[in-house]
Amino acid sequence: MATSARRDACPAIKNLLLLDSEGRRVAVKYYTDEWPTNAAKLAFERSIFAKTLKTNARTEAEIVMFENNVVLYKFIQDLHLFVTGGDNENELALASVLQGFSEAVTLLLRGNVDQREALENLDMMFLCLDEIVDAGMILETDGSLIAGKVATHSIDDGAPLSEQYLVRPL
Amino acid sequence: MAQYVKKDDDRDEEAEYSPFSGIEKGAVLQEARVFNDPQLDSRRCSQVITKLLYLLNQGDSFTKTEATEVFFSVTKLFQARDIGLRRMVYLIIKELSPSADEVIIVTSSLMKDMNSKTDVYRANAIRVLCRITDGTLLTQIERYLKQAIVDKNPVVASAALVSGIHLLQTNPEIVKRWSNEIQEAVQSRSALVQFHALALLQQIRQNDRLAVSKLVTSLTKGTVRSPLAQCLLIRYTSQVIRESNNSQTGDRPFYDYLEGCLRHKAEMVIFEAARAITELSGVTSRELTPAITVLQLFLSSSKPVLRFAAVRTLNKVAMTHPMAVTTCNIDMESLISDQNRSIATLAITTLLKTGNESGVDRLMKQITNFMSDIADEFKIVVVDAIRSLCLKFPLKFRTLMGFLSNILREEGGFEYKKAIVDSIVTIIRDIPDAKESGLLHLCEFIEDCEFTYLSTQILHFLGIEGPKTSDPSKFIRYIYNRVPLENPTVRASAVSTLAKFGATVDSLKPRIFILLRRCLYDNDDEVRDRATLYLNTIGGDGSVVETDKEVKEFLFGSFDLPLANLETSLKNYEPSEEPFSIRSVSREVKSQPFAEKKAAAKKPSGLGAPPAGPTSTVDSCEKLLLSIPEFSTFGHLFKSSAPVELTEAETEYAVNVVKHIFDKHIVFQYNCTNTIPEQLLEDVTIVVDASEAEEFEELVTKPLKSLPYDTPGQTFVAFEKPEGVSAVGKFSNVLRFIVKEVDPSTGEAEEEGVEDEYQLEEFEVVSADYMLKVGVSNFRNAWENLGEGFERVDEYGLGPRDSLKEAVSAVINLLGMQPCEGTEVVAANSRSHTCLLSGVYIGNVKVLVRLSFGVDSAKEVAMKLAVRSEDESVSDAIHELVAN
Repeated sequence: MATSARRDACPAIKNLLLLDSEGRRVAVKYYTDEWPTNAAKLAFERSIFAKTLKTNARTEAEIVMFENNVVLYKFIQDLHLFVTGGDNENELALASVLQGFSEAVTLLLRGNVDQREALENLDMMFLCLDEIVDAGMILETDGSLIAGKVATHSIDDGAPLSEQYLVRPL
Repeated sequence: MAQYVKKDDDRDEEAEYSPFSGIEKGAVLQEARVFNDPQLDSRRCSQVITKLLYLLNQGDSFTKTEATEVFFSVTKLFQARDIGLRRMVYLIIKELSPSADEVIIVTSSLMKDMNSKTDVYRANAIRVLCRITDGTLLTQIERYLKQAIVDKNPVVASAALVSGIHLLQTNPEIVKRWSNEIQEAVQSRSALVQFHALALLQQIRQNDRLAVSKLVTSLTKGTVRSPLAQCLLIRYTSQVIRESNNSQTGDRPFYDYLEGCLRHKAEMVIFEAARAITELSGVTSRELTPAITVLQLFLSSSKPVLRFAAVRTLNKVAMTHPMAVTTCNIDMESLISDQNRSIATLAITTLLKTGNESGVDRLMKQITNFMSDIADEFKIVVVDAIRSLCLKFPLKFRTLMGFLSNILREEGGFEYKKAIVDSIVTIIRDIPDAKESGLLHLCEFIEDCEFTYLSTQILHFLGIEGPKTSDPSKFIRYIYNRVPLENPTVRASAVSTLAKFGATVDSLKPRIFILLRRCLYDNDDEVRDRATLYLNTIGGDGSVVETDKEVKEFLFGSFDLPLANLETSLKNYEPSEEPFSIRSVSREVKSQPFAEKKAAAKKPSGLGAPPAGPTSTVDSCEKLLLSIPEFSTFGHLFKSSAPVELTEAETEYAVNVVKHIFDKHIVFQYNCTNTIPEQLLEDVTIVVDASEAEEFEELVTKPLKSLPYDTPGQTFVAFEKPEGVSAVGKFSNVLRFIVKEVDPSTGEAEEEGVEDEYQLEEFEVVSADYMLKVGVSNFRNAWENLGEGFERVDEYGLGPRDSLKEAVSAVINLLGMQPCEGTEVVAANSRSHTCLLSGVYIGNVKVLVRLSFGVDSAKEVAMKLAVRSEDESVSDAIHELVAN
């Protein structure tokens, strides 16, 4: 379902990665067939992690060209966030996706942004990825809106009272 | 998963705690049984789904049965009313990508959710349903989707629109019916809805130029607020500009809109507009200036992304408009020390492109400091840029060659070293003055080179270029030094190189013989064999005589047999009285000629390139053609044209033709592809009507036995024509064949076939077909060498033309010659232009052309044509070409 990669088409996201401080997966999502197997995906993650490890991407998002793709990345504590797009993509459009991604993760983990907290709330991380990009198409870039959509944990109107509880215990 | 299990062993327990330690697929699948409990525990179910998703995300996969089982139990969870759990259900359904019969089970639940009062349900149910549906369902839910597009909740509207974008690939006719709703959504107050609606609307209309143009016209007046949507609009606008194709008449449409976007408040939009302006075709410097100005501001931004985007775009602009970028040079220079090495490298290479001759030395000093702390991949980019710089400013070769030889001595991997060596080789080839020093740098490098490949390539290159220098003897020491010090491969190369010196430079012969004799005692077979061969052929009896041309051809000529064929023949040869004869080896190239041609057409550069250059494509065609018995007597193939399409794209049969020109013959190679799976074509021939090509006489037709679906095949038609004359004419073609039905399920063809014909387009043989594009590196030298003997000069009026550029390219195409020294590029708005062309005319006659164009205020173009060639009649023929 990859959307056309033509320049005059839409900005397309190739993958979103949330890796830990050792380069292991916390949550990842790929939207193209460019990395067909799990091994290819892992290889991509390993090399992009190694390539960016020594850079300082804490205050501002950083950027690198990698295998004909543009990869934007940002580190928060021990979490490494990556957004990959084609090499003709508007870098700043990709940056807005990364910005939304990192803001949403920060909000969802309530400021305790580290790999343990992310794993503890992995369901929210998956939902977060799902709300940012849909099959390569940018769905939302506003961090607080993304987090808001993920964190609706109430009970729907039609539910019987017995099933209702207000805040989901973590 | 495994990584989490493993890390428990070797790491601090507490720091590495993970809620998923030791998680196992089997156990989780067991746990998934809670989905079937009559009394659902939402929280527990959520956790189990998270675990399942975790496994999938780590790369675990479920078998078909496992996936089906999970899917069925998950569908039970639609009973639960917990929004969080429902979200997880949606996620896992998407991840499991159920099959069509499974989809039916969740369809009703999802359709219920699509009409729910809860917006989160509506939005997600739409996304899930559109993702998993196979289209049959779509007509049922179409009504809801249309409503959703104009829903007041932006999340729901976006979900429907994005799903529409995906569905457009599979069910375009349905999505196209939503245009009214989508158009309404473009006016939405929500930024993202606007973006999604615009994207979908353009994709629906993308094949309708007029509609896209209307869309752009109405929207550029200013209702789009979302930055992302604005970026899209800029892209569509530049597409419209590209297609509107207006020439120099007045202002470019929509340029004002693009320029206005440069003042937008979102950087994303400013950048998109700036980039769009730089990519306009035939952009003028007045148009470029505002874009360059905003990009220049970005260069000093605190955000790396912005600096990167700007410098990358400027780097591209520098290729076509170096002067426009020079204003940014000071900012660029400060980027050389940028923390982000990608930015630094882009800045350096941009500077190398825009720099002027006087600044080269200073720039090189800065780069020297920079090179030590970047990775090899960046260094390669810099080396390539330096090579281009050196070819641009040949007078600076000393500085640049010095730089290259310095970095050649430093640490580096194979690819990097190869890039440096390739650059030095290119410079040596193109700048005669640089030859001696360049070769000596290479000699020093092989003294201490760890890469066998590079050593052997350099030795080979020395063998070709070394003997042509003023003092070949000084290279001998470097070459012979390899023999006692290196591995057998390099030693064997060194022996060959020595022999080449010996064969070409008579005065060196006695010394070479002594050295070669020493190699006879080498402990490697190949080295000894080569030494023996060379000693015996070049004149091992010690006498110094000029080496025979034949011997040279035998030793150092090119080998024109396919190696694979030789290998098979040698394997099949059984020892007998009769010696193995190389003549028995088939010359037929077995591999797909297409693939090979492609490979050969890819121009090699640097060391790998054969010094003769442009004949490689012809070589492979020639082999192919001569392997066909009917054509084997035609002699040397002069030129093969690029394929000319004879059918429209996407028709039943795709046919193109390649024109092969021989001295007295011409062969048309028709490449046919059958695009109908249900058909098999047999006895495929082309019936050619040459009534409009009087000088040609049809000789032989070689039909294609069978043409199955999607497997390209070739059929040939050969014509005779007067020798050495550039006969021209028009040929019309009909494809004739026997068609047989094929059962698509079994792939078997029916016995009986029907004869059928298919009309193809006609094509022409033109004079340019008789001209080989062969460039010369130094036009002035070549021009003077040819002398005035057969020079013909005349003036022509070309009549009114759209532009000078158009006139120049028309003449280049007419002559089919290679433009030299970049003179095919006409500066915008110039009133006159000189263009230098070179080529080889049929009969192997070298031709050089100097064209001077002038244009007056009425756009009347006049041209002075000066031709020099090795043959008077050819010079005249060129003039005749133009005169007609």
